[in-house]
Amino acid sequence: MAQDTGRSSPSAAVELDADVLVLGGGPAGAWAAVAAARAGATVVLADKGFCGTSGATAPSGTSVWYVPPDETRRRAAIESRRALGGHLADDRWSRRVLDATFDGMNELAERGYPFPRDEETGSSIRVSLQGPEYMRLMRKLAKSAGVRILDHSPALELLVGPDGAAAGARGVRRQKGDDWTVRAGAVVIATGGCAFLSRALGTNVLTGDGHLMAAEIGAEFSGMEFSNAYGLSPAFSSVTKSAFYKWATFTDEAGDAIPGAASQGGRSVIARALEKGPVFGRLDKADESIRRAMRASQPNFFLPFDRRGLDPFNDRFAITLRLEGTVRGTGGLRIVDDSCATTVPGLYAAGDAATRELICGGFTGGGSHNAAWAISSGRWAGAGAAEFSRGRARAGDLQAAGGAALADGGGAAFDPAAAIHAVQAQTFSFQTNYFRHPDRLTLALERLDEQWRTMRRGVPASREDVVRAREAAAMTAVARWMYRSGLARDETRGMHRREDRPGTDESLRRHLFTSGLDEVQTRFGGALAQTEEVAA
Amino acid sequence: MIELVSEERCTGCNICVAICPTNVFDAVPASIPTIARQSDCQTCFMCEAYCPEDALYVAPDADETVAVDEPRLVARDLLGSYRSALGWTKTGRPRALSDAMHKLVKSF
Ligand SMILES: Cc1cc2nc3c(=O)[nH]c(=O)nc-3n(C[C@H](O)[C@H](O)[C@H](O)COP(=O)(O)OP(=O)(O)OC[C@H]3O[C@@H](n4cnc5c(N)ncnc54)[C@H](O)[C@@H]3O)c2cc1C
Ligand code: SF4
Ligand code: SF4
Repeated sequence: MAQDTGRSSPSAAVELDADVLVLGGGPAGAWAAVAAARAGATVVLADKGFCGTSGATAPSGTSVWYVPPDETRRRAAIESRRALGGHLADDRWSRRVLDATFDGMNELAERGYPFPRDEETGSSIRVSLQGPEYMRLMRKLAKSAGVRILDHSPALELLVGPDGAAAGARGVRRQKGDDWTVRAGAVVIATGGCAFLSRALGTNVLTGDGHLMAAEIGAEFSGMEFSNAYGLSPAFSSVTKSAFYKWATFTDEAGDAIPGAASQGGRSVIARALEKGPVFGRLDKADESIRRAMRASQPNFFLPFDRRGLDPFNDRFAITLRLEGTVRGTGGLRIVDDSCATTVPGLYAAGDAATRELICGGFTGGGSHNAAWAISSGRWAGAGAAEFSRGRARAGDLQAAGGAALADGGGAAFDPAAAIHAVQAQTFSFQTNYFRHPDRLTLALERLDEQWRTMRRGVPASREDVVRAREAAAMTAVARWMYRSGLARDETRGMHRREDRPGTDESLRRHLFTSGLDEVQTRFGGALAQTEEVAA
Repeated sequence: MIELVSEERCTGCNICVAICPTNVFDAVPASIPTIARQSDCQTCFMCEAYCPEDALYVAPDADETVAVDEPRLVARDLLGSYRSALGWTKTGRPRALSDAMHKLVKSF
């Protein structure tokens, strides 16, 4: 926490003052920046990569939870995921998100996003966003709203004011080889989820950096046990677009169909089969019209096949499951009010960096909810941060709050590459992460805790190494929160499955909160509100 | 992973250097960019989408490097194939306009 590691913030090549600093320029960060600017705030957005191409949405594209304001359809939309999510979603939040997403998508149409039209009625169809097109437009909207964008500028640590509130951040400009510091009246964390450098499409910038920075000033998480999403891809490829595997037949080496294997509702069967040997897919259940619709909708789904000279509808190809962690899981920074404030004053969270349990419980946020959440939570967090900043006196010395790889712990430096490899061994493993058991989680935690202690004892990393070293530290911290939560949630619910507890425990229909770095704490929240139909 | 910056096609505009999310390229004064950190490439194909000269080729292999042969890639019409699939060429029509996910989502 800030108190034990606080250092005064060193001077940097780029020093800026802003009302709101947004960290991360995926959809959530871009919407947050636009909302804050529209609320009258001066805004700086810093992205590790390039706002417009970076993050999970830009190369992938997303289906969006877009439901017109028709009571029957809205209710059905909320109902359809209730049981899958382990009854942890909140109806009021779901309704807010459906409203805000409807509004946001319509705004995109006004701003020129080329939505397709229904061939018969001619009406505009707004349920899907092509990543490159969408994020190029979001960058343009942010720029025209007056947002100052710092690309290739990963944030390393937050700054805190004398009042303990978030007050900016500092980082490096990796193409310039120098540093930046932004002092701000409020900070939005929109750094995405954590996928542990698995090379799932667009996710290698998502290493949990924002989680680590937020935890270093005392922020709490929720739902970190829902962190074991794996995406289906051809074994050689990064393209984890799992939805189209609905039309796949899965076979083993001998060519026999694997009973129960399916993209939805049978992915664990695939994981089990992969533990024994190679698994093959073929999209032979798609008829001609579906094949055409697939090609028209998702050109990047076909890139790997076309380039390898494979026909996915007729040829068998080896498949794999790549870890997408909390990106298509649902855990993240805990949200405490309607403006997406976290447990730390002045610190807001949006998109995958925040928990998405409020709308999808413990089941994957991928497949439309995450995209809707990025739009809605981005807008709320941006406006909330602008409001907080307005009421805040700006004075006093700011402390840099980062620990591992930044503050001198008196020990030896650690090797980021080796550390990353070690965390991946603990998180990619189906035996540890997909199919959880207390013995295996405990063993993994022993190793991860030891690694964390080494990192904390380390000396500051060199400028060339500091981004990778912080990524390694963030991944280690995230894995420890995941598995401590996995131990604490003594049941199976949503995507969290415990081999020793195959059933659901009604008394645990609560959110699970996690915090702390050297010592990790977990605690369950209060009983959740009754759902609409139970109450009705 | 990224395998090719075509010397023949590249004009050295450095757009790929600016937009690659994982900072794989290095700009070189008075020359074309180099693939400086190939192992950081996340095989996202974004550089191909943005390269105005269709000078880049990202092989579909995410975990290992493969040898590529430029004349063969040209013969197979692969250089620029992603940009044209997105409709991001001068005469192209945005791919988003023919997005048919709604038809597929219904059948999910
Ligand atoms: C293959 C795939 C398909 C998907 N399909 C769907 C779908 O159909 N429907 C759906 O709802 N969801 C889908 N998702 C999930 C969806 O993409 C994400 O929920 C969405 O991108 C979240 O937006 P975000 O802005 O929070 O994070 P991201 O888009 O991941 O952006 C995070 C940004 O933060 C930046 N960043 C990270 N660390 C730092 C740092 N230290 N300093 C500064 N910046 C930093 C990154 O560079 C990045 O630009 C899919 C995900 C994947 C991987
Ligand atoms: S974007 Fe294309 S033309 Fe421009 S420098 Fe890169 S490879 Fe060369
Ligand atoms: S494929 Fe993506 S990560 Fe690789 S060089 Fe191109 S833009 Fe960069």
